Amino acid sequence: MMIKVNISSEIVTKPILAEAILETGVLLNISQAHFESSYCEVVADVAADDFEKMNAALSSRGAKVRSLDTPINWDEDECVECGACMSVCPTLVFSLDDDYSLLVDQSKCIQCGSCIGMCPHNALSLKDADPA
Amino acid sequence: MVEKSIHEINSKIRDGSVNVVTAEEMVDIVGELGVEGAAKEVDVVTTGTFGAMCSSGAWFNFGHSEPPIKMQKVWFNDVEAYTGVAAVDAFLGVTQLSESQGMEYGGAHVIEDLIRGKSIDIHATAYGTDCYPRKVLDTSLSLDDFNQAIMQNPRNGYQRYNAAVNGTLQTIRTYMGVLLPNCGNITYSGAGVLSPLSNDPNYLTIGNGTRIFIGGAQGYITGSGTQHSSAGGFGTLSVQGDLKEMSSDYIRAANFDGYGSSIYIGMGVPIPILNEEIAASTAVTDADVSVSILDYGVPSRDRPSLRQVTYEELRSGSVEIDGKDVKTSSLSSFKKSRIIANELKDWISRGEFFVSSPVENLQTGVSARPMKQTEGVNFVSEIMSANVVTIYQDASVFKAAKTIMESSFDHLPVVNTENSLVGIVTSWDISKAVAEDKFDLVEDVMTRKVTTAKADEKVSVVARRIEQNGVSAMPVLNNNKNVIGIVTSDDISKLIARRT
Repeated sequence: MMIKVNISSEIVTKPILAEAILETGVLLNISQAHFESSYCEVVADVAADDFEKMNAALSSRGAKVRSLDTPINWDEDECVECGACMSVCPTLVFSLDDDYSLLVDQSKCIQCGSCIGMCPHNALSLKDADPA
Repeated sequence: MVEKSIHEINSKIRDGSVNVVTAEEMVDIVGELGVEGAAKEVDVVTTGTFGAMCSSGAWFNFGHSEPPIKMQKVWFNDVEAYTGVAAVDAFLGVTQLSESQGMEYGGAHVIEDLIRGKSIDIHATAYGTDCYPRKVLDTSLSLDDFNQAIMQNPRNGYQRYNAAVNGTLQTIRTYMGVLLPNCGNITYSGAGVLSPLSNDPNYLTIGNGTRIFIGGAQGYITGSGTQHSSAGGFGTLSVQGDLKEMSSDYIRAANFDGYGSSIYIGMGVPIPILNEEIAASTAVTDADVSVSILDYGVPSRDRPSLRQVTYEELRSGSVEIDGKDVKTSSLSSFKKSRIIANELKDWISRGEFFVSSPVENLQTGVSARPMKQTEGVNFVSEIMSANVVTIYQDASVFKAAKTIMESSFDHLPVVNTENSLVGIVTSWDISKAVAEDKFDLVEDVMTRKVTTAKADEKVSVVARRIEQNGVSAMPVLNNNKNVIGIVTSDDISKLIARRT
């Protein structure tokens, strides 16, 4: 499952992700990391069974953890099925079938958001993309 | 020899006996029946394309207000239109951006909103004359309220279009979409097998006055488009159609991240099969149409080509570049192109659309030229300071402070023993080090990620780089990463001041 970890600027210099991984032994597969002057945000994949353990370890160090359970949202009315999204998606969520209709396999989505800016028709969005 | 006239074909359209196929279907028909058989059998081949066409817009006539106004400036939902013509005529271009919403909303969105039946806020200003006394006007109009709303696009329907890739180390955002670094993806546009001009590349049937499908309505080709380069196989069309008859199925506003707004236009051109030569050209396939893959990382009109590629390869999903399979994205919709070719086919089969003989054929053998620039282009070498002072990375911060005081530079490029650039240190870095009381060596306080320039780069290109990276100076490097000069934002400002 995908999680989003918000780390405030006061603790951003501390290696809290590394500490949480070492403490729990739970693997995190990081797909995104953004650093702004006011906050830092990391998106990562974690096994569903290990989520509570990781959540506790990160939360105790001051991070805020949220599960991202809604994959990319596809607005079929806005979509013109050009396929612009296909080449920027790292996990092949998008494909064209034999009659050039766009297929969206949401189960592959890691919610990295790469496709959002690529879509010329604003047909792709992530729910609740802002930090909690 | 097969010889048919436009008149004969239109008679068949009228009596319902016409045989119309799409350009995709024609490939197999020519394969089966041969060129002569296909020319006998097929009367009209329909094409279709649906993609971004920035050189588009519409003329509007508002009708006269009471008291009347001669509009000097006019805005549609905060998007400015050109009204330097008669009192209440204006041209709204699709890439013009909203003054309040910026890149999110442009002329294209106004046009789509109008087609969708929405009402638009109009604001106009004027200087006032004896015949047109009014100076300000505000009203809300929907498409029906205009006397005319005529889409008139100076350049649409490119015969084919070069594909795009990015050879730099940073993601770039272009009108060809987001291009990932290190040739991470390829984007392309065009309908290939269904492309109108690729199906009649010698323009034997297409020209001024050709009736076409545009935006879901019947419109016309008004001539060769701007930048028409038929000599190289990059012909273009200028087209016109009635916005009031168009549908949002075939006219869609678009946003290209970091570029701005554009519009997707659905267009289909019928090709009457008058003889074998025309039949043969409509058998064109995706494999027959090739384009270059250009490096959009090079900010020049002469972007280097990495290789040639066919639409068949582009449409396969990946193309090899330097031994690596690179994923492709189409920016135009092949599915919609196909729908348009089929829609036009239905119109003709049902006797609702007649083919036409152009008044003039499109120009052949012409090429678009690059801009003549009388101001000359300035290069970094002309404005950089060549007497740049550098400092070694193992020098003391004290030495750096002293060097800055003794020279006229606020920025010291930091080099290693091979004289290669490893960082930059500014008077601010030194102040910060002193304030934090942790200063020893230059390498401890320097900035390691340095924005740099090369002497043979154009000033306008590095000016944008300085702005984007939020720096005030860039070391100028040779190919061995040796510092040969420094260029500052002041140097650039002075150059611009000299020009104005």
